[in-house]
Amino acid sequence: MDDASPIKSDAAEMTGAEIVITALKAQGVEVMFGYPGGAVLPIYDALFEEDSIRHVLVRHEQGAGHAAEGYARSTGKPGVALVTSGPGATNMVTPIADAMMDSIPMVVITGQVPSHLIGTDAFQECDTVGITRCCAKHNYLVTDVSELARTIHEAFHVATSGRPGPVVIDIPKDIQFASGPYHGPESVNRPTYKPATTPKPGRIAEAIALMAQAKRPVFYTGGGVINSGPEASKLLRDLQAATGFPVTSTLMGLGAFPASHPDWLGMLGMHGSYEANSAMHDCDLMICVGARFDDRVTGRIDAFSPGSKKIHIDIDPSSINKIVRADVPIIADCAAALQALLDTWKAGGHKPKALTGWKAEIDGWRARNCFGYAPDKNGIRPQYAVERLYELTKDRDAYITTEVGQHQMWAAQFYHFEEPNRWMTSGGLGTMGYGLPAAIGVQAAHKDALVIDIAGEASVQMVMQEMSTAVQHDLPIKVFILNNQWMGMVRQWQELLHGERYSHSYSEALPDFVGLAKAYGGHGIHCDDPAKLDAAIMEMIDTPKPVLFDCRVTAEENCLPMIPSGAAHNEMILGEIVGDEIGEAGKTLV
Amino acid sequence: MSDAPASAYDMSHADEAMERRTLAVMVDNEPGVLARVVGLFSARGYNIDSLTVAEVDDTRHRSRITIVTYGTPHMLEQIEAQLLRLVPVGRVVDITKSKRGVERELALVKVAGTGDKRVEALRIAEIFRANVIDTTNESFVFELTGASDKIDQFVALMKPLGLVELSRTGVLSIKRGKEKG
Repeated sequence: MDDASPIKSDAAEMTGAEIVITALKAQGVEVMFGYPGGAVLPIYDALFEEDSIRHVLVRHEQGAGHAAEGYARSTGKPGVALVTSGPGATNMVTPIADAMMDSIPMVVITGQVPSHLIGTDAFQECDTVGITRCCAKHNYLVTDVSELARTIHEAFHVATSGRPGPVVIDIPKDIQFASGPYHGPESVNRPTYKPATTPKPGRIAEAIALMAQAKRPVFYTGGGVINSGPEASKLLRDLQAATGFPVTSTLMGLGAFPASHPDWLGMLGMHGSYEANSAMHDCDLMICVGARFDDRVTGRIDAFSPGSKKIHIDIDPSSINKIVRADVPIIADCAAALQALLDTWKAGGHKPKALTGWKAEIDGWRARNCFGYAPDKNGIRPQYAVERLYELTKDRDAYITTEVGQHQMWAAQFYHFEEPNRWMTSGGLGTMGYGLPAAIGVQAAHKDALVIDIAGEASVQMVMQEMSTAVQHDLPIKVFILNNQWMGMVRQWQELLHGERYSHSYSEALPDFVGLAKAYGGHGIHCDDPAKLDAAIMEMIDTPKPVLFDCRVTAEENCLPMIPSGAAHNEMILGEIVGDEIGEAGKTLV
Repeated sequence: MSDAPASAYDMSHADEAMERRTLAVMVDNEPGVLARVVGLFSARGYNIDSLTVAEVDDTRHRSRITIVTYGTPHMLEQIEAQLLRLVPVGRVVDITKSKRGVERELALVKVAGTGDKRVEALRIAEIFRANVIDTTNESFVFELTGASDKIDQFVALMKPLGLVELSRTGVLSIKRGKEKG
């Protein structure tokens, strides 16, 4: 740098594109997912000879976004995606909304047309900040190259702190070419943004008082425990051991508490376990840790856990009292709150509670064996398929992603997790097509792991082209398709709500998945015989390249148990669907 | 509680009465900040009665947005919490709840008429301490400052006297006393 420079700064001068790469490296980014185009070519040019960041080229920008989400969920680090302006940015909207709903830290860099063309309906122009404003945690349009480095560092700070979420940085092409100063992460200065993370001692004391008196307590944990980091999962286990309270979790929170633990109730909610939902309904104290009382969890809100006091731990103050009134709100990071609860519980001389009566009642519910199904010698039942997949992979270094629908719920019911960050699914937005690219993101982060997308044949076709990405980048993901030829969950709802009028939920034409796998350069497996399933799964595991596994399952299986729309936790359908379970009000709900 | 709610997920808390609130929202003055605030209200189905915005600190680039909204207490609590989720939002002050707020609005009121009506309009304007900022032989433009209901009242009186057009700023507010809001 020229000593005579009038600018009082030791900042190095570089182009905007170089600033992007330098800032990403400073943020510890090792992998990014993207797709080039006119408005990001300068950044791609700067990436050309960059060895320290691995770029995974996807086949559709949506794939880059979900891959970044899978990467983030499995590592705890922010996922990064790079796409061009216009359609590149609009194709990214679904993953951004998905990451927002599930609080996944993600930084999305989009190219924009040059500054002087903004607003002229230029080629591949769209109002990216306008479009993503309502579905991202925050977004930026960079108008001055000297602000670029600080903006990128702030984006990472915002994406990863407080309640995590996606942040979009829209960079016009001229800014990428312009020269400006590079500033490090210390340049971030945003006094208005300071999420609270430490719990108030008074609230902790109130919570402990309720916990000490509780006769029928339950922990209701969510994705916030996973987002808080491995320490939070450990502290949850410690607090459970110190109290003896049973634990249930949302779809997003699976793995924070070990499924093999005797006090594990299974997932709660619409397709959760009978014991978890019954315990939620009948408890006298609910300790909600990093969950948000989603409608899929609560069922009918005016009949939700009528007799309980509720402690609600959440890092986002807007989650408190949003759906369910909290008796003791604790605004804090989950790990900090769990640590404070654990310390205060122990300091008060409290011991683990036997809760004999409560646990006997829970055992009674458990004895209903709500996930039980009859074995079938003639066809593979989807439950059986996931059960065998679990048995054959549980002792391996396995990561599971899913698409959205029946298969997702069967995966949540029949695949069991001992550790956090092993389960990647689209919970809030419910994005069909999430699982395959998410598996690519997971595999990119965990080279030697066994990464399986438990898929449905309908969902996976929304993103099938990403098989090509997996092959190109040597990412040996396993796509385990529960193929029932239906959009299974749509079919189930049509059976339940629309008098078995199966309007457009049957795929009249399906590809030959084995042939398709070969066409992409992967490996295809077909199985429709329960007797041959184990061998076929082993073949999948042992294949060192991407696999499409066409697992033909019994076609008209319903996903049970189920809390019908508009019903309460104690009104679960356990056995067969009769057809009159859902009232007129319930039918109007999603 | 009725046997059959309109929706099992009904969060409207319809049994709670609606309240009107004036919120002062302190934000970083940066591109798009107003769109974020307004977008939040429309996306979540909140109401805006009036909204004013201007930069109030040109060294730190802070703007003050004053929003008059209404909703149930539950909804109002959510509005405040949701506003604070926005990265550029620093503080939200509920001026109404503090009970120490003063609120003012400015209106420009065009009234056209001749003869008795014209005299009467000018007489009422004097009572309301409105200024005449433009006049022709057949019209006045009045400038009036006050609480919103005072302006409402003035406008109601001007209607039969030849009210042509009305322009209002929306509510501005600040807390009484020496402390910062």
